[in-house]
Amino acid sequence: MNMGLQRYRGFKNALAMSLAVLAAVLGLAVLGWILWTTLSRGLSAFSLALFTEATPPPEMPGGLANAFVGSALICLMAIAIGAPLGIAAGTWLAEYSRGSRLGEVVRFVNDILLSAPSIVLGLFVYALVVATTGGFSAFAGALALALIALPVVVRTTDDMLRLVPAQMREAALSLGLPQWKVTVQILYRSAMGGIVTGVLLALARISGETAPLLFTAFSSQYWNFDPTQPMANVPVVIFQYAASPYESWQALAWAGAFVLTLFVLLLGIAARLILLRNRIQHD
Amino acid sequence: MSTPLAAVESPAPGLRGSRMDRAFALAMAAAAAIVMLALAGAAASMLWGGREAFETFGWAFFTGDTWDPGARIFGALVAIAGTLTTAAIALVIAVPISFGIALFLTEVAPPWLRTPVGMAIELLAGIPSIIYGMWGLFVLAPLLGEHVYPWLNDHAGALPWIGTLFQGPPLGIGKLTAGLVLAVMVVPFTASVMREVFLTVPSRLKESAYALGCTRWEVVWDIVLPYTRGAVIGGIFLGLGRALGETMAVTFVIGNAYSVSVSLLDPGTSIASAIANEFAEAIDPLHRSSLLGLGFVLFLITFVVLVASRLMLRQLRRREGSA
Repeated sequence: MNMGLQRYRGFKNALAMSLAVLAAVLGLAVLGWILWTTLSRGLSAFSLALFTEATPPPEMPGGLANAFVGSALICLMAIAIGAPLGIAAGTWLAEYSRGSRLGEVVRFVNDILLSAPSIVLGLFVYALVVATTGGFSAFAGALALALIALPVVVRTTDDMLRLVPAQMREAALSLGLPQWKVTVQILYRSAMGGIVTGVLLALARISGETAPLLFTAFSSQYWNFDPTQPMANVPVVIFQYAASPYESWQALAWAGAFVLTLFVLLLGIAARLILLRNRIQHD
Repeated sequence: MSTPLAAVESPAPGLRGSRMDRAFALAMAAAAAIVMLALAGAAASMLWGGREAFETFGWAFFTGDTWDPGARIFGALVAIAGTLTTAAIALVIAVPISFGIALFLTEVAPPWLRTPVGMAIELLAGIPSIIYGMWGLFVLAPLLGEHVYPWLNDHAGALPWIGTLFQGPPLGIGKLTAGLVLAVMVVPFTASVMREVFLTVPSRLKESAYALGCTRWEVVWDIVLPYTRGAVIGGIFLGLGRALGETMAVTFVIGNAYSVSVSLLDPGTSIASAIANEFAEAIDPLHRSSLLGLGFVLFLITFVVLVASRLMLRQLRRREGSA
C-alpha cells in the first residue's frame, strides 16, 4: 500500500516533468518552424534587386527597396520622438516620484499602455493627425509608432535607474552638484547599457508593427521621402502583397517577412545580451 | 532623497543650479504627463469618434448581429463574439503549455540551459504579428484544413452538446485557426511571466518541502502555485489582453465573415480585424464612426483585463518586497 503510493507519486512526478519538457520542445519547435517557413519561402525572391529596386507591378521583377527605406525613416522618426520622451518620463518615475502616489499611478498607466492593443493607438493618431490634416502621412505613422515605443523606453529607463545604487547619488550630490547634473552626467552614464537596451527593444517592437500603420502612414508604390505624404513601409507592403493573388508579390512578401524577422530577432538578441551583461555587473 | 540637498550648495552656482533643477524636473514631469495623456487621449478619441454610431443605434450597436455597410446597419455582436471566442480558445491551449515551459525553465532544465531556452521563447514574442498571420494562412491553415479539421468534423462533431462547435466545412481558416495562432503568440508572454513569478518563491519554502520528501511536482503544485496564485492569474490575464487586441495575425486567418455561426471551424471576424480590414476604405461617416465605436469597445475590454492583470501582478511584487 505504502509502496503503491510511493510509486504513484513518482509516476505523477515523472509524467509532469516530461510534459514540461514536451512543452518547452514544442515552443522551440514552433519558433524553428516559423523561421524555417519565412526563410524557405522568401528565398526565391532573394536577390540584390530586393534591396535596390522599388516595389513592382504584379508579375514584374522588382524589390522592396523603397519599403525598406520608408520603414527605416518612419521608425527613426518614431524613435526620435519616443525615446527622449520615454527616457524623460522614466527619469521622472525613478528620480522624482519616489514613494509618491502619483508616481505609482503613472507607472501603472505606463504598464497599461505597454500592453494596449496597437491598433487602438493607431486609431488615436488617426483621429489626432490624419483626420485633422486630411490625409495619410509618414509623420502620422511615426507618431503612432512613437506611442508604442514610449512605454517600452519608460519601463526600462525606470527599472535601470532604480538599479543604480543610492550611494552614487549621495556621493555626487554631496560634492555640490545640482540634481539635474547628477542625473545627466552620472546616473545616465551608469545606466547607459540599460537605457540603450530599452531603445533597442522599442525599435524591435515597432519595426514589425502593421496595424497602426494601415491608417496612418498607409503605403505607397513609389519612392517618397516627404513625411507629409503616404510612405512605403515593409509591414504594410508585406500585408498587401501576401494577401494578393500574384505569385511574384507573394514571394516578395515572404522575402520581406524574412528580412524583417531576422532584423527583429537580431535586435532582440542584442538588447538582451546588453541587458544580461548589465545585470551581472550590478549584482 | 531628492530635494533637501539643494540647501547644502554654495549660493551663486546653487541658485543657478536650483533654477536649472526646477526646469529639469518640470521637463521630466511633463514627459510623464504625456504618458497619462496618451492613454486618456486614446480612449477619448474613440469615444468621441464613435458617438455617431452610439447615437444612431443605441444599445443595438452592441446587440445587433448585422454589419452591412451597404444598408448602413452596424451591429457589433459578431465581432465582439469573435474576439472573445478566439481569445478563449487561445487561453485554453496556451495556459497549460506556458505553465509547462515555466516549469521547465525553473525546475526541470539544467541551469546552463535555462538562459538560452528562456531567451528563445521570449524571442518568439518578438516576431512581428504579421509573420504569424502569414504563417497561419499559408502553412498552418492548409495543414489543419486537410488533415485535422475533417477528422474533428467526423469525430468531435458527433459528440453531444459540444458537437456543433466542430461541425463545418474544413476550410482551414476560421475561429479555431485564429485561436491556435493566438495561442502560439500568447505562450511566450504567459510563460515568461510565470517563470519570473515562480522565481520569487523563497527557496527556504521549497527546500523545506523537499526535506519532507516531496517530489518536484508536489513542490510546484502544493507550494509554488498556491504561493504565486494571484500573479499567475495576472500573467494569464496579460496573455488574454494580448489575444483580445491582436490584429494582423487574426486578420489573416479568421476569414473576415460576419456570420453568426456557432461552429469554430467557420470563418468569423474580430473587432481588431474588422477595423484593420475596413477602416482605410470606410468613406461613409457612419461606417467610420461604427469602426471607431468598435475600437472603443475593444479598448474597454482590454483595459479592464489589463488593469486586473497588473493589479494581480503588483500584489505579488508588494508581498515580495515585504517578505
